[in-house]
Amino acid sequence: MDLDALIGCLGSSACVVTQTTSGLIIGMLLFLVAVGLTLIFGVLKIVNFSHGAFYMFGAYFALTGYQLTGSFIVALLFGAIGAAIIGLIFERVFISRVYGRDVLMQLLVCYAFVLIFDDSVKLIWGAEFKSMGMPAAFQVPPWFIAGGVVPPFYILLISVALVVAALLGIGLARSRLGKVIRAAAHNPDMVSALGINTAMIYGSVFALGCALAGLAGALAAPVRSMTPGMGFSVLIESFIVTVIGGMGSILGALIGALLIGLIRSFGSLGFPLFTDGLMYLFMVIVLVARPTGLFGKDVA
Amino acid sequence: MSDLNVENRAGAAPFVARPRRTAYIDILFAVIAFAVLAALPFLFDSKALLDFVIRCSAFGLFATSLNLLVGYTGLISFGHGMFFGLGAYGFGLLMQRANVSIPLAMLCTLAITALAAVVIGAICVRLKEIYFAFVTLAFQMLIHSVILSWQSLTGGDQGLRGGIKRPVFWGIDLTNHVQLYIFSCALLVIGLLLMRQIAQSPFGYTLRMIRDNATRASFIGINVWRAKLTVFVLAALFASVGGMIMSLFVSGAYPEFAYWTISGEGIFINMLGGVTTFLGPMVGTVLLLILNDTATRLTEHYGIVLGVVILFFALGLRKGLMDFAVDWYRAWRDKAREQP
Repeated sequence: MDLDALIGCLGSSACVVTQTTSGLIIGMLLFLVAVGLTLIFGVLKIVNFSHGAFYMFGAYFALTGYQLTGSFIVALLFGAIGAAIIGLIFERVFISRVYGRDVLMQLLVCYAFVLIFDDSVKLIWGAEFKSMGMPAAFQVPPWFIAGGVVPPFYILLISVALVVAALLGIGLARSRLGKVIRAAAHNPDMVSALGINTAMIYGSVFALGCALAGLAGALAAPVRSMTPGMGFSVLIESFIVTVIGGMGSILGALIGALLIGLIRSFGSLGFPLFTDGLMYLFMVIVLVARPTGLFGKDVA
Repeated sequence: MSDLNVENRAGAAPFVARPRRTAYIDILFAVIAFAVLAALPFLFDSKALLDFVIRCSAFGLFATSLNLLVGYTGLISFGHGMFFGLGAYGFGLLMQRANVSIPLAMLCTLAITALAAVVIGAICVRLKEIYFAFVTLAFQMLIHSVILSWQSLTGGDQGLRGGIKRPVFWGIDLTNHVQLYIFSCALLVIGLLLMRQIAQSPFGYTLRMIRDNATRASFIGINVWRAKLTVFVLAALFASVGGMIMSLFVSGAYPEFAYWTISGEGIFINMLGGVTTFLGPMVGTVLLLILNDTATRLTEHYGIVLGVVILFFALGLRKGLMDFAVDWYRAWRDKAREQP
């Protein structure tokens, strides 16, 4: 434990800014993964245990896209679309067979694919650590805000995630498709009886969730190293986020992700070895006080 | 073992008057199983086989105790591995630091596990299924983090090193590999026998009723919370014994024993073997360990092989191996009855 470092940091604006930005990027990446998880759970009632693998696919596809074209925009598209296509196939061929079956069966199918996906990545890209490096456009001097160092790439990452959050929120609340999706989450039989193709809705929600995880992976590619199995810690953390925020709630995922991001970045100063522990402790406290999470409705 | 009342899932007549003699049959069965296991080292001169059975004992006790929660009570715990880890670390630490005899260390570890299980269970068993799964998972990870960060006591990510002393007790010398093997088998058989008695007792049938319809159970005056907490603590004790066997076997304890993957493996063992028969998890244990060992020996792409096998069980058989066998046996028996 190193409480002096934490208190010292809180006393200096430079340190607070630096830690807050790093907390925000952890939080925003987690949000993109967690919001997909929570959408899929809300609509399909499936706990997608293999969601971390799509984050991993996003990162590796982005690496390939970047190496082929040298453009980071193309890399982002590669990551998001690649993950969406694999997600769609995965949903149509396998996940659609276990709708309505007991939770253990669904987890088992997902777990099998965690193993298969991790090994496939190992086969295609190799087992060793990979890194993409910062794209040329962002190799510029960092900005200084109130004495704290903020790399421009972090600003891009945070704004992309915020834009996605806003689009998702507005889209689900206002657009026709959003309304259909919410209706399908509420009562799929009725939606289907009204002549709407629910299988297509399920497939597209799953693909959207995977695309978001892939986008997160692609955004993380320049700042994190890649390895097969990298999705796993992200998966566990985004589970914590969705559970804290409440399963099925987008706002909950955003708030939960930011809280976890900040706990991680400030916690790593005060409790360098117990950072993960802080996160789990926080989850236990939230769940004991509010078993359905901060923004969850009483569903399960 | 066909009197396990799979049909009771429908909720009809959960109390079946049970002839007293089946308890003797269980004991007879246990004695025979123990005799067969104990004879193995004299028939085959293979250290690998003994090692395999010891690992089966550790994981078998763990997985069967998890089935008391998952299969009998309908509590899907994703953190059951924490008690496996607690058993391994508690026992290892007591042996390394407190210089006590092995039976005393085992008893103390059981007491520690029971205490932890009462506290954690009291918080968790109130929650509904998916939240119960996640909170138990969170406690598991909390314990794992404590083990990693409390380096002065647990050795952090290096685990408990330096070996565990095994002083001779009651004429048993666990430094001898065959004696360690027989000791593990004895713990396994006794543990399974006790769990079988729990499952077949009136309390066991109360658990089945809670699984099928908790509201109805509480209407007829069952304290659901207390019954769930009791089975949570009992299952934790058996998982802890599994951890102790593991700790004796590897002569140490590693953070992986408390990591969530142990809980995950427990769940998958249960799914592979099947949760509707008492011995399903034991069959699942043997299956998963064989699968693990052959897949890691034959191929680098262990994940793909294991994944495909799991898919075969989940999407192909749609149930565990023992469930499949029992259903098949029933169909065969019914057919035989129809054609006299």
